[in-house]
Amino acid sequence: MSQARLSPGVVPGRLTPDQLAANFVDVAPPLDRHEARVAADRCYFCHDAPCITACPTGIDIPLFIRQIATDTPDAAAMTIFHANILGGMCARVCPTEQLCEGACVREAAEGKPVEIGALQRYATDGLMAQGVHPFKRAAPTGKRVAVVGAGPAGLAAAHRLAAKGHDVVILEARPKPGGLNEYGIASYKAVDGFAQAEVDWLMGIGGIELRHDQAIGRDITLAALQAEYDAVFLGMGLGGVNALRATGEDRQHVLDAVSFIRDLRQASDLGTLPVGRDVVVIGGGMTAVDAAVQARLLGAENVAIVYRRGQDRMGASRHEQDHATASGVRIICNAAPVAVHGNGAVTEVEFAYTIDGPDGLVLTEDRFRLKADQVFRAIGQRLDGAPDGLELAGGKIAVTGPGRTSLDGVWAGGDCAAGGDDLTVTAVAQGRDAAEDIDARLTGRPVEIPG
Amino acid sequence: MADLRSNFIGIKSPNPFWLASAPPTDKEYNVRRAFQAGWGGVVWKTLGSEGPPVVNVNGPRYGVVYGADRRVLGINNIELITDRPLEVNLREIKSVKRDYPDRALIISLMVPCDEDSWRDILARIEDTEADGVELNFGCPHGMAERGMGSAVGQVPEYIEMVTRWVKKHSRMPCIVKLTPNISDVTKPAEAAKRGGADAVSLINTINSITSVDLDLFAPQPTIDGKGSHGGYCGPAVKPIALNMVAEIARNPATAGLPISGIGGVTTWRDAAEFMALGAGNVQVCTAAMTYGFKVVQEMITGLHDYLDSHEMTLPDLIGRATPNVTDWQHLNLNYVTKAVIDQDACISCGRCYAACEDTSHQAIAMKPGRVFEVIEEECVACNLCIDVCPVEDCITMRELEIGEIDKRTGIPRGEYANWTTHPNNPMARAAE
Repeated sequence: MSQARLSPGVVPGRLTPDQLAANFVDVAPPLDRHEARVAADRCYFCHDAPCITACPTGIDIPLFIRQIATDTPDAAAMTIFHANILGGMCARVCPTEQLCEGACVREAAEGKPVEIGALQRYATDGLMAQGVHPFKRAAPTGKRVAVVGAGPAGLAAAHRLAAKGHDVVILEARPKPGGLNEYGIASYKAVDGFAQAEVDWLMGIGGIELRHDQAIGRDITLAALQAEYDAVFLGMGLGGVNALRATGEDRQHVLDAVSFIRDLRQASDLGTLPVGRDVVVIGGGMTAVDAAVQARLLGAENVAIVYRRGQDRMGASRHEQDHATASGVRIICNAAPVAVHGNGAVTEVEFAYTIDGPDGLVLTEDRFRLKADQVFRAIGQRLDGAPDGLELAGGKIAVTGPGRTSLDGVWAGGDCAAGGDDLTVTAVAQGRDAAEDIDARLTGRPVEIPG
Repeated sequence: MADLRSNFIGIKSPNPFWLASAPPTDKEYNVRRAFQAGWGGVVWKTLGSEGPPVVNVNGPRYGVVYGADRRVLGINNIELITDRPLEVNLREIKSVKRDYPDRALIISLMVPCDEDSWRDILARIEDTEADGVELNFGCPHGMAERGMGSAVGQVPEYIEMVTRWVKKHSRMPCIVKLTPNISDVTKPAEAAKRGGADAVSLINTINSITSVDLDLFAPQPTIDGKGSHGGYCGPAVKPIALNMVAEIARNPATAGLPISGIGGVTTWRDAAEFMALGAGNVQVCTAAMTYGFKVVQEMITGLHDYLDSHEMTLPDLIGRATPNVTDWQHLNLNYVTKAVIDQDACISCGRCYAACEDTSHQAIAMKPGRVFEVIEEECVACNLCIDVCPVEDCITMRELEIGEIDKRTGIPRGEYANWTTHPNNPMARAAE
């Protein structure tokens, strides 16, 4: 083992460029045509299939799989895209074992579901690779809709609205579109710039103008958007990160996991990214796993995920947990941080074991410390600076039905809206459904929510 | 261990698995390897008359129908009889038979439909020491256009005439191979028997187009943009072959005529089914062409295990199911069953529901939580739910007791009664 790998502190270049390249390859390589047809053949074409019910966007999964089995993958892709225009990314990042594949009857029958996610990727990748946008816009309505945020919810809403003939302007705070697809997902899940390529492909429908560096509350106001546009969809996600509420949290090298993931995704040279030798990730969701695994892949020697409740309560799916442990990450459950120790920079994190009882989570006096020169917070995000006048619920924008907020003419969806589950696929469904509702309002057409 | 030694019309072989006359038995090299692999016998690929050998196409000879994962379900072919010189074939047959005296070696023949041609070819094969001849009256392509193969097999009078010539000019056991490309297979079988055949073998291949190339708009296999029908074989044809074997086995005019069963035999089970319906042995081609000669080893061990587990000998098996093949009018109309779904085994796919609700008798209810239950008041016991269920034995049929009320009709189950005595039958006879 090289000396660089074991350097103390938070340093770049723990691994060689070749090692880094090998570590960050596509985590689930695509199926080829033969593999896809063999996998597709396992589908039973269930009646009123449970996988469809389990999919937040309601993709007609048995139909698209049958279309793959009969060697018409482009038709399969269209079945997917009609329900979920970001079906390409969802095929990569959906926790399928909790959704469609978890509901697959072959999971019940033999513990081996049809590979729905991989098949979806096969179909969508094939169509997208042809470089032609497959949807056409309806006749122009003359209506203009503002979409705040170019994440999954905003993109899905914008595409559906554009398809219905409305003109859409997306206002995005960051320099690139895609939201968490671009900034918040482990890089090995969406290699080769897929998030950007998917947005470029989606924009191919036309009628969508993308404006960058336009943050609501900073560069634009909701009131101004309401005045200028016929409708507004809010899909700006969650900008803030929850605090640990442990003493010493402000020490150096205590960072937000989302920032680490973002920097890693945007880095042109992974060898320049500093990472600790001993890394502690606090949290239990997908973000915690993405940060922890990627820290390992960058060359961190010891990486632990510490979660305050039991393993069964972790937001990360079992598949994700297994991926973490297989990558050499240690998962410690039932422990909450109480103090971050160090002199300037963090050197240790002190945890209390917890009891998750009927009275809630109780910290015991039983303590332990983990050596740490880098700590990532992955304990959830919060909505910062919600526009005035919007009713909130649980710190997020309150919505009813297909994303209607308390303000007339303003819809919301994705992570910033209450009631979701912080999944890309759910954000897509909410954006799409809000777009249908907006269209119905603006044109008087009946609401048709596919899927 | 059960004894698999077979004696078919006096031709002995160590097991009842023969390779059918086809490309696998085209030459000495293949046949030796087949015998080394364990095949009990071989029907050498059809020899023609002396003279310039036939020619084959130089493009694709085979078309295929696939199941899941490119599993071969059926192959058709447009290959003709042997395209090797008669002399070479005869020399090789003699050489192989000398080295494998315990194996059956049958020569398939097809020559023009005149007595001289048959007398001549029979004289030529006399000293090969082969065990018998099989008359190829089945080949449906190419040779039929020249008045041979199925052109003979489709005319019972020709079958009888040629068979008579063969028996007249040869002392060898004679098997007549029948074409399925007819309307009633018992007629050619009866003709063969009248002509003195020692046995029939069936089926030969079925006229077919396996698929159409949707870019070239031509049948496959495609030769320079055109295709012609070929002979279909493999697992897909087995149900057709089984029926034809059974029809001959239970036909009073041909009952007892030995049958060599052919048509999609792929496993020991297929072979056992043919034999249960009356075949004395089986011939195999497509399975060998798909998987190689080694498949016979599974057939041998499988048939051993089956016979042992049922404490049967090979002769016990042959024809054991024949008496149970009957006409529809003799089926017991008072045999009443109802589908039963094992809820513990059910994986809730709903295929039984879709099949029954959309295409049958609306006899399965879909209840909350994807629970599927049989509605006995509607169930006619058609079996479609069982057929489409992906879980073996999840759905079964329960036979009603005599006297038990059939909830669909409200009538208690009665004793055996069939259509011949049914009140709705205008031709009904009074029950005796």
